[in-house]
Amino acid sequence: MAKVVMEKLNKHFGEVKAVRDFDLEIPDKEFVVLVGPSGCGKTTTLRMVAGLEDITSGNIYIDDKVVNQLPPKDRDIAMVFQNYALYPHMTVYQNMAFGLTLRKFPKAEIKQRVKEAAEILNIGELLERKPKALSGGQRQRVAVGRAIVRKPKVFLFDEPLSNLDAKLRVQMRVELKKLHDRLQTTIIYVTHDQVEAMTMGDCIVVMKDGLKQQVGAPLELYFRPANKFVAGFIGSPAMNFMEGELLSEQGGLFLQTMGFKLKIPEDKAAKLKSYPEKRVIFGIRPEDLPEAPAAIPNETIEVVVEVLEPLGSEVYLDVKVGETSLIARAEPTTKAKPHFKLYLQPVLENMRFFSIRDEKALF
Amino acid sequence: MSEKFVERMIKFYLPLFIFLFFLLFPFYWMFITAFKSDAELYNLKLNPFFIHEPTFKNILMLFKETLFNRWMFNTFFVAILATILSLSASLLAAYAIQRVRFRGSGPIGISIFFGYLVPPTILFIPLAAIIFQLKIWDSLWSLVLIYPTFLIPFCTWLLMGYFKSIPKEMEECAMIDGASRLRVFWQIVVPLALPGILSAGIFAFTLSWNEYLYALTFISTTTLKTAPVGLITELVRGDVYHWGPLMTGALLASVPVALVYSFFVEHYVAGMTGALKE
Ligand SMILES: Nc1ncnc2c1ncn2[C@@H]1O[C@H](COP(=O)(O)OP(=O)(O)OP(=O)(O)O)[C@@H](O)[C@H]1O
Ligand SMILES: [Mg+2]
Repeated sequence: MAKVVMEKLNKHFGEVKAVRDFDLEIPDKEFVVLVGPSGCGKTTTLRMVAGLEDITSGNIYIDDKVVNQLPPKDRDIAMVFQNYALYPHMTVYQNMAFGLTLRKFPKAEIKQRVKEAAEILNIGELLERKPKALSGGQRQRVAVGRAIVRKPKVFLFDEPLSNLDAKLRVQMRVELKKLHDRLQTTIIYVTHDQVEAMTMGDCIVVMKDGLKQQVGAPLELYFRPANKFVAGFIGSPAMNFMEGELLSEQGGLFLQTMGFKLKIPEDKAAKLKSYPEKRVIFGIRPEDLPEAPAAIPNETIEVVVEVLEPLGSEVYLDVKVGETSLIARAEPTTKAKPHFKLYLQPVLENMRFFSIRDEKALF
Repeated sequence: MSEKFVERMIKFYLPLFIFLFFLLFPFYWMFITAFKSDAELYNLKLNPFFIHEPTFKNILMLFKETLFNRWMFNTFFVAILATILSLSASLLAAYAIQRVRFRGSGPIGISIFFGYLVPPTILFIPLAAIIFQLKIWDSLWSLVLIYPTFLIPFCTWLLMGYFKSIPKEMEECAMIDGASRLRVFWQIVVPLALPGILSAGIFAFTLSWNEYLYALTFISTTTLKTAPVGLITELVRGDVYHWGPLMTGALLASVPVALVYSFFVEHYVAGMTGALKE
């Protein structure tokens, strides 16, 4: 039961401004994911919520109470660290019971809670082992177990899956999601992996250089990115970007770039009309670049295939238009071959436009 | 196969044996001298590397005519108390400097190290003045108090390196779990740093056990002397060296240190390599 609010949060390490004017409101029971490239300030933000890092300026509220000065132990939160930070000299049971023992819970209740958590996480047989004798995945579970026995108001996860192999990561992703459904506790989850963010979060916060870029539901970020950075960061393979010129001609608005010309659909053209500048960045996702059987004027682009990346259910084509590389998604049945010409027909309804000046989405 | 064996012999075992020989020969010398009579010792015609007529007279003389038992007890008393005192202080100091990161923790760490660099041959003069003022001149307590002056810097630096190897997240996690700084220290840091603490303790014990200069200058009563000082001051009379009892005493005095080392050797090695295996 906890709402977490961050208000104009700043954190400076000397000259480094790790987090800048960060505002975020996390409703109760929500699974929020902070995502962004390495060094963007995700961990720092999380550590400020945990109380492990002093705040340079701003406020953090948990349940409408300012917690800026509250020590970590009084914030009623639990944190799972990237390296798990299990106590190596204690057994799994002692690791999980540590927080409860310190809080003077009765022995019987501690036992009960640890047993419950161990069952949820499937680590019942490991309770007497020391962390050294566990696999990576098991350690990860113990770390989560240690967090859930306390039944805290907020869970903080800092890249908890990054030390696991790919298969286990996918499996734990699902399990953590189920755990959230079951516990109904607010979770703040940090990752640099956008797939993890997309699959797990109710709400995603994209960060870059200490600045919040966009907040929204996964598909909202996917379909309506606020700027070029978010557009390129969310989605894999990434969105293709090109610079182009807007040409107002007879028959509508056209986009002229690198030897091809595309007609912009009416609704988008209407919105672009008021845009004063002529040059724009436009972006299109690989799945919006299907193959076309033949050239259609103002609708297709001619490309040369460079590399095929067959994944089974789909094939990614690395293609070139002039000097620019694009990635297009094709059906597994594609006839495309390296070094051959190909026509792609962009789904123009799904193209995005960004300002060259500040890279913000135009609409 | 055999070529490898020869190579291993030359590159590994041969240097090792030469080294061992140099290291152990003094002990062998002490051992044989302990069982030789003066007549045998000064007879240049005999092969000096073997005992020809073993005798226990040296041992008897050491225990009967000197206060060797008493000196050994004194040395133990001083070494153990100084070690406990230094370890307690160093544990807290090292942790504070390494983790609490208070204002000036860096310079303090470095100045402690500089304190260690001042040689005792210079320090004992001002320290003597202090010992006088405290009215503990010619008392074992003077040594108990003085030894930490070089043990604490040493142990602090050794432990700082060790604390550094303990992941910070582990302590942070414990703090979120509800532990106070002091509890984190006792329940997380100390157990994990145990090999390092043992190493520091063994070092402190050995250094105090073997200390000579302060023990020589601050103690004059025979009954209060430590073993190293007692042996030399009482068994070298003028220019007469009582080699037999002297060597017997030296041999016996090195036994406790050897025992401590062999007992803790596993932890000790782990501590020196700073290996904290999770
Ligand atoms: N204790 C510190 N002292 C100085 N600078 C720091 C400290 N901690 C973090 N920083 C800096 O703050 C910025 C943000 O760091 P942070 O650890 O929050 O990044 P992150 O988003 O978690 O990255 P990653 O994905 O690599 O974990 C980085 O530029 C980092 O160098
Ligand atoms: Mg991080």
